[in-house]
Amino acid sequence: MTRKTIKVDYLARVEGEGALKVVVEGGRVKRAQLSIFEPPRFFEAFLRGRSFAEAPDVTARICGICPVAYQMSAVHAMEDALGVSVTGPLRDLRRLLYCGEWIESHTLHIYMLHAPDFLGYDGAIDMARDHGDAVRRGLDLKKTGNQIVGLVGGREIHPINVRVGGFYRVPTRRELDPLAERLKRARELALETVRWVAGLEFPDRERDYTFVALRHPDEYPFSEGHIASNRGLDIPNAAYDDHFEETHVERSTALHSRLRDGGAYLVGPLARYALNFDRLSPLAREAAQEAGLGPVCTNPYQSIVVRAVEVLYACDEALRIIGGYQQPDRPAVPVEPRAGTGHGATEAPRGLLYHRYRLEKDGAIADARIVPPTSQNQASIEDDLANYIEGFLDLPDEALRHRCEQTVRNYDPCISCATHFLRLEIERG
Amino acid sequence: MTQGNGRCIVLGIGNPDRGDDGAGRAVAGRLRGTLPEGVFLAEVDGEATDLVALLESADTAYLVDACVSGAPAGTVHRIDLGSAPLPPGTFGLSTHGLGIAEAVELARALGPLPARCVVYAIEGALFETGAPLSPAVEKAVEEVAGRLRAELTEFTSKEKETARA
Repeated sequence: MTRKTIKVDYLARVEGEGALKVVVEGGRVKRAQLSIFEPPRFFEAFLRGRSFAEAPDVTARICGICPVAYQMSAVHAMEDALGVSVTGPLRDLRRLLYCGEWIESHTLHIYMLHAPDFLGYDGAIDMARDHGDAVRRGLDLKKTGNQIVGLVGGREIHPINVRVGGFYRVPTRRELDPLAERLKRARELALETVRWVAGLEFPDRERDYTFVALRHPDEYPFSEGHIASNRGLDIPNAAYDDHFEETHVERSTALHSRLRDGGAYLVGPLARYALNFDRLSPLAREAAQEAGLGPVCTNPYQSIVVRAVEVLYACDEALRIIGGYQQPDRPAVPVEPRAGTGHGATEAPRGLLYHRYRLEKDGAIADARIVPPTSQNQASIEDDLANYIEGFLDLPDEALRHRCEQTVRNYDPCISCATHFLRLEIERG
Repeated sequence: MTQGNGRCIVLGIGNPDRGDDGAGRAVAGRLRGTLPEGVFLAEVDGEATDLVALLESADTAYLVDACVSGAPAGTVHRIDLGSAPLPPGTFGLSTHGLGIAEAVELARALGPLPARCVVYAIEGALFETGAPLSPAVEKAVEEVAGRLRAELTEFTSKEKETARA
């Protein structure tokens, strides 16, 4: 029997370092492995002994592209442990900050990392020579996200304005007005983006995924809601460990997550969209329908369209929040340390990000646990490769290798986050 | 695109909290208040999309950043981007692997780079969180600040002469 290995020794256009190996025997995919070899960063150990108040700033350093997600999961977990509730304009500002991060992160992935796969370019630089207008649109749109994070988060990279209980400083009405003008334009660009990506050609591949995402009674989820699935799971954050487990696999420095009773599952845009389509703004819902999406999308190659719909939603939601903003009297609610355990789950651009902290009575962190979205998606990425690549085996090696990479990039994996965690290797015959 | 306006920018790039990665911004700090009138000076973190926008806004651009090419710490490289791209993998990577080399090439692909686009790169040695500049890099920062000041003064006075003629 002939055997062939397709290897990608270093996956490009993903955050962090990883590799891919697909082994094909007798026309069947025998094994598909995603290896994450970025060194583990021991953030959880690093947090032990530090004050609860340091968690948002320390964990924001885990990722340069989704620091807000880390800050939000951290503050929600701490507020859960300390019995604090953040409501009204402070809660709205947190949603606004999260809108900024989704716009930044999704737009970067759509235009710079993923679109070149569909249009047949090695990367954004090559694509820009032929599709300059599209790349400019992406840069312009992303800048609006940067500006939201800059204003609400205090600076564009590694924001510093978030604290347990609220913020250090809140923006004035006057500061938000120019942002609203910019967002109106961004919303137009986002709508154009949905139309642009809807016109790409997608491989016809679907799977019956187990989707896991937050679901909130009346909002498209950022930071609050139950952890839900399309298979009937509906649990509070505190029950996360009862339903999900992480295991070490030798090829990866990141842990693999699985449902205790159901194996691989998928978090991120496809899952959020499938579980919350009815919570999108009317504009985002209409754009999704116009782009040919139903209320559930099970083709991972179309995740680029779902991301674009989420960018449009984030622009719309940011405008709604700014429109109703009343500057709060104080930037944060008071927080007193006490012993306890808190859980926080929020929707990072790449999917559910779970934090759990146990605090001593002086507020020192006794124990920390962080489960990033890419860890949770590793098993799904490997299952996609095993299931989809068989249909592409007649492609020449280079095209097949590219198809494998594209399949991984469907997930916008953030390997830096997942290492506590790409090379492609395909063996075939 | 706003090129053709004669604008001259100087960008100190890097992360001041990561040892020698702060070299570019340290140079910008030394230059503050000492450059010819009309030169726009900024410290930036190197985020690629911002860099592209800044490059598109100028006719003359000087970028100062730390680099790692294997040369001894404190070595100063002057690279004229009109004649060559930046060597990949030499400069720090930003989010998703888009660093200044990629930003420069993206700007070049989208439209012309500034007519004059020069990178001063200072070879770094230590990039630890919270570390100060290493002594060799500190010295190089002074050298680059001096060379840039001279180059900008000469360049802007030539520009003025051309404008008068």
